[in-house]
Amino acid sequence: MRFAVPVFPGSNCDVDCLRAVKDVLGVPVEPVWHQERSLSKYDAIILPGGFSYGDYLRTGALARFSPVMDAVIEAAERGKLVVGICNGFQILLEAGLLPGAMRRNDHLQFRCDIHPLRVENAALPFTRDYREGEIIRIPIAHGEGNYYCDEATLAELKQHNQIVFRYAGENPNGSVDDIAGIVNRRGNVLGMMPHPERAVHDWLGSADGVRFFTSMLAYWEENHGAA
Amino acid sequence: MMKATIVVMLKPGVLDPQGSAVKGSLHSLGFEEVTEVRIGKRMEVWLNTDDRAEAEARVEAMCNKLLANPVIENYTFELEEGA
Repeated sequence: MRFAVPVFPGSNCDVDCLRAVKDVLGVPVEPVWHQERSLSKYDAIILPGGFSYGDYLRTGALARFSPVMDAVIEAAERGKLVVGICNGFQILLEAGLLPGAMRRNDHLQFRCDIHPLRVENAALPFTRDYREGEIIRIPIAHGEGNYYCDEATLAELKQHNQIVFRYAGENPNGSVDDIAGIVNRRGNVLGMMPHPERAVHDWLGSADGVRFFTSMLAYWEENHGAA
Repeated sequence: MMKATIVVMLKPGVLDPQGSAVKGSLHSLGFEEVTEVRIGKRMEVWLNTDDRAEAEARVEAMCNKLLANPVIENYTFELEEGA
């Protein structure tokens, strides 16, 4: 299994993602500059956090039109695993790969903390190594993580079990229905505001992100062999 | 040349935390009659065309594709010739 981490001007969690895959899974993982047009040699793509294009206009709005995003959309259509973390989640929303939009945190503060999350759907390629209802601790760091969707979209997300993570306890940004992460209907494109790549060693304060990555590898090997 | 002045606002009903914060500050300055503040973006875009109909269609497309997020934002614009 080969991972790609597209790097946009302003990405700053790209190295964390590369290191997490390398440390946890030990499989090939490469940074890919955002002007690259093909991702065909990779099986999984992680859009990292950061401030792509300085967050100008809206978070993720300009990155969505980087050449690499056509390849990300194609990979999603082919059933490859696509993850967007923080700014990566914002980019997936702007690209229309996931429904909804991102607003500023309702209290206007930037929140940086290790936050409890409830795993709502543990049957996904990204969560199969968790237990449903389990509370995990994953870092958050964002000023614009206030997920919004209209009521019809929320009903649809619930109906198809697309809400993957909810904030447990306090909602740190005001997101609709305490949503911290969602997945597309098909189950291969996931966006989340918290950073599992920053929770892969006990010395980081939590190792609860490890199973996010092991889930992906286990899913891939089960469906595609150990290539 | 044609100049488009575009205003992008959060849709009514979508919480505007920036606006709420500014409202709070206005209240603390004594402007207690303020009941709501909404904050948007004004953009000025110059187009190399004199065809008003074409400019209108192009600006509309820009707004839908990039300048506004139709999930949470509305936009309006005005065109000015020779600006």
